[in-house]
Amino acid sequence: MAQNLLEFRGVSKNYASNQVLRDINIEIKAGEIHALIGENGAGKSTLMNILFGMPVIHSTGGFEGDVCIDGEPTKIMSPHDAMEMGIGMVHQEFMLIPAFSIAENIKINREIPKENALNSATSRIFGDRMKTLDFKTMNSDARVALDRLEMNIDEFALVAGLPIGYMQFVEIAREIDKTNTRILVLDEPTAVLAESEAESLLAAMRRLAAEGIAIVFISHRLDEIIKVCDRVTVLRDGELVVTKDVKDTDVLEIAELMIGRKVSIDKEDNIVREISDEVIFEIKDLHVAMPSERVRGVDLKVRKGEILGIGGLAGQGKLGIANGVMGMYPAKGEVLFEGKPLPLNRTKQVLKAAVGFVSEDRKGVGLLLDEPIDDNIAFTDMSIHGNFINGLGLRDGKAIRENALKMIKDLDIRCTSEKQNTGRLSGGNQQKVCVARALTQKPKLLFVSEPTRGVDIGAKKLILDLLRSLANDHGMTIIMTSSELAELCSICDSVAIICEGKVIGTLPPNASPVEFGLMMSGICTSTIDSENVSEREVAQ
Amino acid sequence: MEETAKSGFDIKEFIKGLPPAPFIIGGFWVIVLIVAAIIDMPWIWLISDSLQRAAIWGMLTLAMVPSIQSGTGPNFALPIGLCGGMFAMVAAIQFGFAGVYLLLVAAGIALVMGIIMGYLYGVLMNAVKGSEMAIATYTGFAVTTVFFIVWLTVPFDNPFLGWFLGEGLRNTIALDAVAASQVLDDFLKIELGRLTIPTGTILVFLAFCTLIWLFFRSKTGIAISAVGANPMFARAAGLNVDRSRIIANVISTSLASVGVVVYAQSFGFVQLYDFPLWMAFPAVAAVLVGGATAQRAKVIHVIIGVVLFQGLLTTVPPVFSQLLAGADMTDAARMVIQNAIILYALTKITGGGK
Repeated sequence: MAQNLLEFRGVSKNYASNQVLRDINIEIKAGEIHALIGENGAGKSTLMNILFGMPVIHSTGGFEGDVCIDGEPTKIMSPHDAMEMGIGMVHQEFMLIPAFSIAENIKINREIPKENALNSATSRIFGDRMKTLDFKTMNSDARVALDRLEMNIDEFALVAGLPIGYMQFVEIAREIDKTNTRILVLDEPTAVLAESEAESLLAAMRRLAAEGIAIVFISHRLDEIIKVCDRVTVLRDGELVVTKDVKDTDVLEIAELMIGRKVSIDKEDNIVREISDEVIFEIKDLHVAMPSERVRGVDLKVRKGEILGIGGLAGQGKLGIANGVMGMYPAKGEVLFEGKPLPLNRTKQVLKAAVGFVSEDRKGVGLLLDEPIDDNIAFTDMSIHGNFINGLGLRDGKAIRENALKMIKDLDIRCTSEKQNTGRLSGGNQQKVCVARALTQKPKLLFVSEPTRGVDIGAKKLILDLLRSLANDHGMTIIMTSSELAELCSICDSVAIICEGKVIGTLPPNASPVEFGLMMSGICTSTIDSENVSEREVAQ
Repeated sequence: MEETAKSGFDIKEFIKGLPPAPFIIGGFWVIVLIVAAIIDMPWIWLISDSLQRAAIWGMLTLAMVPSIQSGTGPNFALPIGLCGGMFAMVAAIQFGFAGVYLLLVAAGIALVMGIIMGYLYGVLMNAVKGSEMAIATYTGFAVTTVFFIVWLTVPFDNPFLGWFLGEGLRNTIALDAVAASQVLDDFLKIELGRLTIPTGTILVFLAFCTLIWLFFRSKTGIAISAVGANPMFARAAGLNVDRSRIIANVISTSLASVGVVVYAQSFGFVQLYDFPLWMAFPAVAAVLVGGATAQRAKVIHVIIGVVLFQGLLTTVPPVFSQLLAGADMTDAARMVIQNAIILYALTKITGGGK
C-alpha cells in the first residue's frame, strides 16, 4: 500500500473551553480525491485552518496531535510554511486582483524576473524587488496551468469581468502552477458555479488527481462527492464519524451520517398540533439580494397558527427570506399576507401589517446596545404606531416603563432594572428583549431568525418554550429560521429546507435524519427515492 | 419583581461612566482663575467676559447636537449655516429694518436659508456616508468662498452695507447704525459691579436648548437618535434612515443660521467674507469638551462645554500676558489654547458616522 501523503493523527483543538475538534485521524494518499463533509460548525474549517497554519490556530494555543506529510510529523506554523510544503488552497471567496491579467494573478508574488544587464545592475542596488519581469515566460507558465485544467481562455485577459466560474479556475490554476503543489484543498468550489461549470471543474479535479495530486474536497453537494471522490470523511460536532470508500456508500448513508440521530431528541411532546388549513402568509418567487445569503426564487405557504421552521446550511439563503420580506435587503417577488399583497422593500408597511421581526443579528440589528431595556422594547411600536407618545408629542416615560416591566415579568428577562442598558445583558436576555420588542408591536405573524445563536443551553429552552407558547396560547403564526435542525424539529409544525436559494422541500419535524441530510445537500427526496431504490437493488 | 423594582443606581458605575473631558478642562480653568486671583487680576471681569462669549457661542455649539445624534458626526460644515445667517442679516438691513425688528426679520430669513441649505447639505451627507467629517469640513470652506462671490455681486445698495467706493459689500457692517447692536444682551441685563450678565442672549440660548431637548423626546427626535446609534436597527423598525439624517442636518444648519444672528447682535458687527471659515472648530471642540462624543451628544454637553471652552479661551490669554509681563501675547496665547483644545477634542473622535 502506498504511503499516505497527508495524515492527521489525533488532532484536537480547543477554543478556550470549547472543544471544536476531538481526536481526528484522517489519511489521504497521493492521487486521491478525499471528500470532507459535515454540517456548519462540524469542524471542517478548523481542520483546514490547522493544515494551513493559520494564525487563528496558533494565537489560540495551537492544537494537539500531528499533521504528517509523507509520514513525517510536520510543524506548519504559518500559511507560508504550508505553501512551502506544497499545500495549496482555493478559498470560497476569490482572492484575485481584478485589474491584473489572468497570468499576473496566477504568478502573483512568484513573478519571474528577466535576466539582463539592466536587471543585474539594478538588483545590486535595489535587490531583486526592482527587477523587470519576464512576462513572456510568466504567460507561457500560466498557459500550461490553464491547459492542465483544459481552460481555453486567453492568459492575458483581465480578471475583472470574467464569469465567476472562470475565476474559480484561475484560483486553481494559481495553486497548480506552484511547482511543488501536491495537496490541494478546495473549499466549496462548486457552490458558486453553474451546473456545466461544476461538471468541468469535477473533470479537472479528476485529471489533477491522475497526476498524483491529493485533493481535499469540501462540499455539501453529496451527488458531486459520489461522482468524483474516492473516499469521504464525515465530521459531526468536532468528531470524526467515519471515513468510508465512496464505492461502499451512497448518498442516503452519507446524509444520515452527517445529520446523525440528534434530530429526534428533545422533542418533548409528540402531539401533532391542530392547525387550520387557512393560508395566512404566502411567498411567491421571492428573490433577495442579501450578500452571502442570496435567495433565488422561494415559494412558501404558511398556515394560520403554524410554526414553520426554515433550515438549511449556512450561505444557502435561509436567512435571506425573513430579511427580504422585512425589506432589510433588496427583494423582488410577491408576498401575500392575509390575502393582501405586502409591499417589498418597505419595512414600515410590512411592520404596520402586523408582521414582527426578530433579526438573526441581535447586536447589529436587534438592539440599541447603549440604550436602556424599556426604550428598546418600546421602540418599534413607537415608530410604527405612534404609541408611547403622549398628548404633547413627547415620549411617554410612564407607559414605556410599564410596558417594559410587564414584558420583563412575562418573559422573565433577568436584569437589574428596566433602565439597564441592553449591551450589559447576557445573550439569552438580549434575545428576550428583541422578542419583547416584536411582541409589543402585537404582530400576527412573527419572523424569528436564529433565536438561540450565542445563547446558553438553559436560556435556549426558555426561548423555545416562549415561542411555542406564543403559537399555542396566542395563536401567533411564527416563521423561525435556524441553523440548528434539532431546535427546528423540537418546536416546528413543519420544516422547510433551503438549498441554493430555493426551497428544496418541506418535511414534518419527525422526518428521518436521512431525509433532512439529503435535502440540505440539495437532493429532493421525492426525486431521489426512485433512483436510489434502483441503485440499492443493483448493489444487492 | 422585588429585584427589578430596586433602583439600579450604582455610584461607582456612575462615576466611571462620566466623560473625563469636562473635568480636565474644567480643572484647568479653575487653576487659571486661581492664578488670576493670586496675581491680583480682576477675575470677576474675566468670568463676566466668559459668560458673554459662552452666550453668543451657545447656539452655534447647540447645532452640533442634531448632526451628531443622527450619525452624521459633528457638523463641520457649520459655515454653510453661518453664510445663510449672514445673508439674512444683510438682507434685513437692505430692506430697511432696524432694532429688534431687524433681528426678528433676519432670524426669519435665516431660518428659511437654514432649511434650504441644510436640506441640500443633508442630501450631500447621505451620498458620502462613512466620510462625513472630512467632506463636511471642505464643504464648509467651499460654501464660504462661494459666498465671497455673493457678497461681491449681490445688488444691495443700502449705504450701511457698501464701500464708499467700488462694488460689493463691506467686510464689517456695524450694527450700531441700525440700532441692532446688543439688543438681546441689553434685555433684562444684570449688572453687579464688574459682573455683567447678558440675560436676553442667555435666555434665547436656553430657550433653544429646551426646544432641542424636547425635540429629542419626540417621535422624530427619538427616531433620529436611533438612526445615529444603529442605522440597521432603525431600518428594521421601519424608519427612513436618509430622511432622518436630512431632518437632523436641516435643524443643525438652521440653528447655525439663526445662531449667527444672535452672535452678530452681541458682537455688534456682521462680518462677511472669511469670517465663517474657522467657526466650525470651536463649536465642535466645545461640545466634545462638554462630554459628547462624535456619536452621542446631549444638550447638557453643549451647556457645560460652551461655558468651559469659551471660559478657558477668554481667561487664559490675559492671565498669560500678565504672567509674561510686557509682551502682548494675548492673541497668540488664545490661538495656542484654542487649537490645543480642539486637537484634544478631535483625538476623542473615534470614527465618523456609520
